[in-house]
Amino acid sequence: MELYRLTAHELHKKLVNEEVSAEEIVESVYGRIDEVEDKVNSYITLTKEEALKKAKEVDEKIANGEKVGPLAGIPIAIKDNMSTKGVRTTCASKILHNYKPPYNATTVEKLFDADAVMVGKANMDEFAMGSSTENSGMKTTTNPWDLDRVPGGSSGGSAAAVAADEAIISFGSDTGGSIRQPAALCGVVGLKPTYGLVSRFGLVAFASSLDQIGPFSKDIRDCALAMNYVAGHDKMDSTSAQVEVPDYTKALGKDIKGMKIGVPSEYFGDGIDKEVKDAVWKAINKLEELGAEYEEVSLPHTDYALSAYYLIAPAEASSNLARYDGVRYGHRSEEANGLVDMYKKTRREGFGDEVKRRVMLGTYALSSGYYDAYYKKAQKVRTLVKQDFERAFEEYDVLISPVTPTTAFKIGDKSNDPLQMYLSDICTIPINLAGIPALSMPCGLDSKGLPIGLQIMGNHFEEEKIFQVAYAFEQETKHHKEKPSL
Amino acid sequence: MKIDKETVEKVAHLARLEVNEEEKDTFAHQLSDILDHAEKLNELDTDDVEPTAHVLPIKNVFREDKVEDSLDRELALSNAPDKDKGMFKVPKIVE
Amino acid sequence: MLDGYEMTVGLEIHAQLDTNTKIFCSCKNEFGGEPNTHTCPICLGLPGTLPVLNEKAVDYIIKAGLALNCEIATFSKFDRKNYFYADLPKAYQISQFDLPFCEDGEVKINPEGEEEMIVGITRIHLEEDAGKLNHDGDISNANSSLVDYNRVGTPLIEIVSEPDIHSPAQAIAYLKKIRSILEYIGVSDCDMSQGSMRADVNISIAPVGSDKLGTRTELKNMNSFKAIEKALYYEPKRQKKVLESGGEIVQGTMTWDDEAGKTRAMRSKEEAHDYRYFPEPDLVPVVVDDQWVAKIKEEIPELPDTRQKRYVEELGIPEYDAGVITADRQMADFFEGVVSDYDNAKAVSNWMMGDFLRLLNEEDITISEVKFEPKDLAQMLKLMDDGIISSKIAKTVFEEMFATGKTPDTIVEEKGLKQISDSSELENIVSKVLEENQSAVDDYNSGNKNVIGFLVGQTMKATRGKANPGMVNKILREKLEG
Ligand SMILES: [Zn+2]
Repeated sequence: MELYRLTAHELHKKLVNEEVSAEEIVESVYGRIDEVEDKVNSYITLTKEEALKKAKEVDEKIANGEKVGPLAGIPIAIKDNMSTKGVRTTCASKILHNYKPPYNATTVEKLFDADAVMVGKANMDEFAMGSSTENSGMKTTTNPWDLDRVPGGSSGGSAAAVAADEAIISFGSDTGGSIRQPAALCGVVGLKPTYGLVSRFGLVAFASSLDQIGPFSKDIRDCALAMNYVAGHDKMDSTSAQVEVPDYTKALGKDIKGMKIGVPSEYFGDGIDKEVKDAVWKAINKLEELGAEYEEVSLPHTDYALSAYYLIAPAEASSNLARYDGVRYGHRSEEANGLVDMYKKTRREGFGDEVKRRVMLGTYALSSGYYDAYYKKAQKVRTLVKQDFERAFEEYDVLISPVTPTTAFKIGDKSNDPLQMYLSDICTIPINLAGIPALSMPCGLDSKGLPIGLQIMGNHFEEEKIFQVAYAFEQETKHHKEKPSL
Repeated sequence: MKIDKETVEKVAHLARLEVNEEEKDTFAHQLSDILDHAEKLNELDTDDVEPTAHVLPIKNVFREDKVEDSLDRELALSNAPDKDKGMFKVPKIVE
Repeated sequence: MLDGYEMTVGLEIHAQLDTNTKIFCSCKNEFGGEPNTHTCPICLGLPGTLPVLNEKAVDYIIKAGLALNCEIATFSKFDRKNYFYADLPKAYQISQFDLPFCEDGEVKINPEGEEEMIVGITRIHLEEDAGKLNHDGDISNANSSLVDYNRVGTPLIEIVSEPDIHSPAQAIAYLKKIRSILEYIGVSDCDMSQGSMRADVNISIAPVGSDKLGTRTELKNMNSFKAIEKALYYEPKRQKKVLESGGEIVQGTMTWDDEAGKTRAMRSKEEAHDYRYFPEPDLVPVVVDDQWVAKIKEEIPELPDTRQKRYVEELGIPEYDAGVITADRQMADFFEGVVSDYDNAKAVSNWMMGDFLRLLNEEDITISEVKFEPKDLAQMLKLMDDGIISSKIAKTVFEEMFATGKTPDTIVEEKGLKQISDSSELENIVSKVLEENQSAVDDYNSGNKNVIGFLVGQTMKATRGKANPGMVNKILREKLEG
């Protein structure tokens, strides 16, 4: 089997047994990129030179008898909204097309410390605003299962790269579903950890109180491994939690007998495609067979979450994106006459439609006279959504639901109707408002042969329970072995 | 909530975004739609509900008052669209 | 001057805190420096960076709050104030909107020529400073500007006064009192020339007796007491003229043109600001408990009012003099340094109020730049008491100490300024003086006893001031009567 098809834990075994070198692994992945990248378009920037250098360092370490960690020599893709020192970080926006940060995001730094190899910077919806990666100002990424379809978004490049074997593991960010939704549409594993578990330092902010970094992988074990290296407190991020990070792989293989699963009925409404619902119910029944117990549960404020989210996230974004003004970095309009005109033209030329729309919406929601009616009201509803989950987790270990209402849709299908696009985030958004962790994993294919995602949610900092359930399901069903034929 | 063109102009100015006539119409339309959807929140009585700004109950996170290295100026200015005399250059401020 | 009207002044004082590092990053907090050498990804607002609060800045605002008799909030948080400007890297300032660290304070002031009074303090909040713009010439005709972000992120406290101030003297006394207290507690150097203390001044007038305030105009970033004082004489008169000619005051920002001595409306097409405040999601709340407050309370030194009272009651210093000396902590510390070596406190304060202050003003330096030590002044006063130097010579010695920093002993020695108290030497000199001034002696003998003053003067002149005046007097009388 080609090396690029393997998982990180499989490659690690070969590496430490000196069956293969890190250089061979990295070369194999770049070979795959040469083969499929012009069809998939996962990457904005490739960093082959640095990657090979890093691979050689790992090989030297092994040759010197040094012990290397499970991510050593593993080719990893990084979403292009994470700051990488000296490597262009564009957020898929024209406004940052030439921006090279002078520092690394904490997550990137931790991965480098673990000797992981960065393959390149993955495509995304501009500033992580979108659910299809069609909002990228750089290129359109396709779904490796059907090149006419979207990979989901906003971390579409990161999801597609892993699905197409252009990276072994990748990292994305999730503000309203931006990891879980593309993971579902591309048939890979994606985790949005508890808010505050992974440092946001160096993650270019979209909506600061919702953003969270997380991994994409080919199986649950790789996801747990990746979390072992990026989770934990960071003194550079005041909102990062002071918690002990367990070895997440220890949760894998634990019996799920007697575990209590809640099935929130609001997540199985009319808007959800029947094939998706059926696949998720089949998964729930499988977990029951494995000894878990399930019950239907109500999260009554689910329907309000979307509206609250589409006020809170744009409001924060309007402030976070104000710094792109053409003064210190990035694009500056050539046409301008005076400072204010320069601001306005720079931002007009630099931002795409969706970004402009959300900046406008957020500015409006915060403006004088509307703050209480919109922003504050939304924050209060956020409290209600959070309380729904708190009540549910008093009873249940995990909650299970679909990730997306449908499988991957066609490129161009929804791009002209923002509200319709927003509605596709209905199953993922409440999780961000509550700050809880949730994982998306494959649970079968629909009649078109497209992957369907299963969402497993846990209480704050209870990623281990999610992994425990997810691993049991994966090992029993092997849906992760289904691969696109690119 | 109906957003008119005048409101779009005002908001676009606050957000320092140039918009043309056609975009004003589009934005007015799309923002109205989204805000209509947001009206749904008014179904909920939230008078006694505290707003959530942070999901975790973290407080008192501080840094020690200890100096660390700043960036080399060359690096600080390396992304500047325009610079002069070690400073960021901007177009005239008063029009 | 405003007959029929009363002015109301609101002051928002910004003071930079004297921490080692900036408020949200570890860059050095230092005035000046080559442009953009004290910056990092955080204070430059590079994408992805996050603020982490400097604990010292919180200590300092609590200290300021306690010294200004405020309530310290147990729960405080930060908010974003959104606006675009080239000196503001994130296009928002991290500040505090509805939950500042300190509220409801007050200070006692003694405005010149007015009664002592209390000025209320509405609130004190913590925020970050912006960068600095440099232009060739005036901002209004500069074709481009250059931005230096060294100052970005300097911790600032903003002290907002209640509308209790109604005269220029009150405003100045209030500003000076706040400066004095902040210096005493060591949280800010309050150097207005370097911009580490500056004030936004709101001015309105209303008919005397009216319970409503008039429409106000605002002068931003004023950084000299003189300019503030002048503006507070000018602006209410201008407003009165407008009102009396049937016009209306336009609420808005004005600038003070110091050269012309006038306020001017700012030329701007900006609409009223809409700062879109919302809670800063990147920072967590600050909870200040009793223990923390108690710890800071212990660190607060004796404040100027208490010190003044002590000088009056225990040292017998006149109230006014004690007020002047204690207004400046360094001055008061210097005073106490002298007094610890020399027990006639009154004599010390006289010297400080006299020649010392005069020279400080003439040389335009602060007490920290003075070249001699408190013990030197004590030594000089002892030399006077011991009759080694006369008070006249003491002036010369003091000026020399001030100019060179040499000790009084050295100066007296080097310049040969020792008082002549040797009676035989003085008798010879007096005899000579009497010989040379025969007509004065004649006058004396014919009954004009006042002429003795002239003869003393002549003797002093002959000794270049070094003669012991008491002895000269005595010898003269003996010789004239004898
Ligand atoms: Zn800094």
